Amino acid sequence: MSKLNVAIYWGAACGGCDVAILDIHEKVLKVKEACNFWLWPVAMDFKYKDVEALADGFLDLTLFSGAVRNTENQHIAQLLRKKSKVLVAFGSCAHTGGIPALANFYRKEDILKRVYEESQSTDNPNKVRPQVSHKVPEGEIEIPALFDWVKSLDQVVKVDYYVPGCPPNPERIWEVLLAVVSGAKLPPPGAVLGAGDKALCDTCERKRSEEKSIKEFKRIATTIPDPELCFLDQGLICMGPVTRSGCGNQCTVASNMPCRGCYGQPEGTMDQGAKMVAAIGAALEAKDPEAIDRALDSLPDPAGYFYRFSMSTSLLERRKE
Amino acid sequence: MSTNERIGVYICHCGSNIAQTVDCGALTEYAKTLPGVVVAKEYKYMCSDPGQDLIKKDVAENKLTRVVVSSCSPLMHEETFRTAVEDAGLNRFLFQMSNIREQVSWVHKDKVKATEKAKKLLRAAANRVLHQRPLERREVPVMPEVVVVGGGIAGIEAALRLADAGKKVHLVEKEPTIGGHMARFDKTFPTLDCAACILTPKMVSVGQHPNINLMVCSEVEEVSGYTGNFKVKVRKKATCVDNEKCVGCGVCWEKCPAKKISSEFEEGLANRTAIYIPFPQAVPKRPVIDRDNCIYFKTGKCKVCEKFCDRKAIDFEQKDEVVELTVGAVIAATGFETLDPRELPRYGYGRFDNVLSPLEFERMTNASGPTAGKVLLKDGTAPKSVAILHCIGSRDEKHLKHCSRVCCMYSLKFAHLVEEKTHAEITNFYIDIRAFGKGYEEFYHRLLKEGVTFVRGKAAEVTDVVEAPEEQGKLVVVAEDTLLGKVRRVPVDMVVLSTGLRARSDAGHMAHVLGISRSADGFFLERHPKLGPVDTPTEGIYLAGACQGPKDIPDSVAQGAAAAACALSLIVRGRVVLEPVTAEIDEKKCAGCKLCIANCPYSAIEYDEGKKVSVVIEALCKGCGTCVATCPSGAARQKNFEDAQISSEIVGILASM
Repeated sequence: MSKLNVAIYWGAACGGCDVAILDIHEKVLKVKEACNFWLWPVAMDFKYKDVEALADGFLDLTLFSGAVRNTENQHIAQLLRKKSKVLVAFGSCAHTGGIPALANFYRKEDILKRVYEESQSTDNPNKVRPQVSHKVPEGEIEIPALFDWVKSLDQVVKVDYYVPGCPPNPERIWEVLLAVVSGAKLPPPGAVLGAGDKALCDTCERKRSEEKSIKEFKRIATTIPDPELCFLDQGLICMGPVTRSGCGNQCTVASNMPCRGCYGQPEGTMDQGAKMVAAIGAALEAKDPEAIDRALDSLPDPAGYFYRFSMSTSLLERRKE
Repeated sequence: MSTNERIGVYICHCGSNIAQTVDCGALTEYAKTLPGVVVAKEYKYMCSDPGQDLIKKDVAENKLTRVVVSSCSPLMHEETFRTAVEDAGLNRFLFQMSNIREQVSWVHKDKVKATEKAKKLLRAAANRVLHQRPLERREVPVMPEVVVVGGGIAGIEAALRLADAGKKVHLVEKEPTIGGHMARFDKTFPTLDCAACILTPKMVSVGQHPNINLMVCSEVEEVSGYTGNFKVKVRKKATCVDNEKCVGCGVCWEKCPAKKISSEFEEGLANRTAIYIPFPQAVPKRPVIDRDNCIYFKTGKCKVCEKFCDRKAIDFEQKDEVVELTVGAVIAATGFETLDPRELPRYGYGRFDNVLSPLEFERMTNASGPTAGKVLLKDGTAPKSVAILHCIGSRDEKHLKHCSRVCCMYSLKFAHLVEEKTHAEITNFYIDIRAFGKGYEEFYHRLLKEGVTFVRGKAAEVTDVVEAPEEQGKLVVVAEDTLLGKVRRVPVDMVVLSTGLRARSDAGHMAHVLGISRSADGFFLERHPKLGPVDTPTEGIYLAGACQGPKDIPDSVAQGAAAAACALSLIVRGRVVLEPVTAEIDEKKCAGCKLCIANCPYSAIEYDEGKKVSVVIEALCKGCGTCVATCPSGAARQKNFEDAQISSEIVGILASM
């Protein structure tokens, strides 16, 4: 069997997805046996011009992690799209915007102002801002331009498959790689790979009541949760009900931590955050407006909580004014 | 979007109601461009037989599979068109209506923009109808009993009519007796019948009727279920008297040492004891213990009533009891409140001794009231001059915008009673005299002849500031006499404030319990102001009396009887067809988080331990949609309100043209 031609790229990302690939441990050697790498910035030294030189459709598989935040991310996304037979949005950021997309709660100007003028560690009396192009004696130099908001990969190019997770579960990654390597028949384009169709509760072993009544919200930083009982029953917000299964319940079961929602919404729902609001609303014990307000006051930053990973593709999308 | 469906679109002119504001021709042409539309027609009256025949003919000839009608509100004619669609051989749910009358032609003037909006609404309906699915309706039996909430004259009338028809009625009254406001009146306008003489026989009939279960000191706490099958939770408050043992002999309230408790029934003009009946003709004639004022409950000692009660009917340990009734219909007859004149301090109520509220005046003129029917000033003398101030709080932007309908007439009645009892000089200050009922205008003319003075002008204030010698020691009514065009100051001994009728302060709570709406004035909202005055949008819940709006006694009685007829019509029918808009849970999507189970108000969802999914029990599901909204993973679906149906509709409205 001829080797697969593979690229792995990171846009606006932390690198965790790349590390997750390495977390398949010794199996990574098998990957090496099966694949030729043409781009993997976090691990190996390649140049963009080498990729540009490849024939269109040359790459059998590209795993693109990270959101699309600036012109460089977009440029490479478009380049890899052209060069790849199968382009995978790999990890939460490429899938739905992820953590970088929390920036969509702010305007670009607010962010630049904060970073270049206001933050306590900034010393910038002339209020210099980064310029997209700058003339120096040697000529004009350029840096990528920041977009007004953070985009998911499929808001920029056509995406064949999605592998969710922050980061994706290594076992799922291995399954996906195996499927591609073995030449098995892949699902129809647009499918989410390496995850279940149902919500996380489906694979969660915690005991849950049929009478949820949250009086006030607790925070995981100041609470030691009961390891047996459903987090929502304990007043801890767990995104499990609005999040795809497939992660192996690493947080909810293995770590006694509520789900943060990184696998995105299950098949058939429209907006993960809005659905969580509905679920929380339903589980609140308070029924009159004042008691509801009091209960909600115990929940700092609800929007950031409910849309932690999904702002780009949410109905809210971004702050528009 | 390509589709195999064949849609027929019908645009109704509604005479000129729609056609004068919407370009129906252009709308019809537009309809033809929508995906799936194979026929689009306009017609003057789609709801008429020939209009409906258009649909039936096209279903047959053009092999339509879906139908859209753009006309009025679905509340008006959805049933008509669904039935026409069904008669044509299609499932009645493969139909969608767009409202271009109430939502377009009646609220817009610009024909171009109105037509654009009508197009969007039509596109929404045409989009949606492609996603509709055939559904089957269910028929369920109607429970034969009725709950009437409120034992005033409207509730009494409704209860008696139903009970006389052989139906079991539960009459729930908050107070210790039925009779409501009418029991506190002396005379009734315009005939001057004695209120007690005509009311108490009806009260007694209620108390004795074998088909009426009278529950006083009781409140409805919860109404659940649906048309024909309501579950009503009633809290019977502890009265500390066993009504089975008590015979109402009266020894207890004669012996009760706590005698100085202000009587609610007498508007505080007389006192009562801690164990009491509100008035001698109370029904049921069974006392109740007012625990807040009972010496035993306050100090742990006394029990005088218990000592004297031969029947051993006193039970200090009695607890509230919650009864659950299963009924086919509910009649709300919860009545009204009079506006508290303290809200308008310029009229001096509460500051001046001889400024009275209308209910105080009613009690004062009542033969069995605190003054035995004598009209007296606080000092015990008869007034020589009395002013009656109409429209206090009514027709007033700051208080009640509505006309309270009865104040003119009761003010005239008051004038007559004062004249009859004291021969005092009487001045009525009015904005307009609204004497609309049978015999009312004649009564007004009678008063004019009795020498009552009428000043056309709303009183501005009541003051004791003296500006002229004749005002010394008097209450001065200041008003602009709009016929003279002058401000007048009229010194009098007594002022009666004819305050308006308002929705009860607990009307919002009751509306919530009954699941009905209120109009802007706070009264319960009827289904249709003309054609459904006692119905609510929920079939099986009816309105009677002043809870729906200010009403006089004849109208309240008429509405009580009408509500009984509506309830009877439902019960006698025996079966009711339920819309199949229940929820279902897709087991392929359900993750078994159980949030829906916790929230289902009808306990209609259970957890399947084997499959680890939640399951809707269709027979119990009322289609409220709570689980659908709650379901975090989109597994719960509301039939006929599925996501795809609603979002396609939204796209139809919002997408650019």
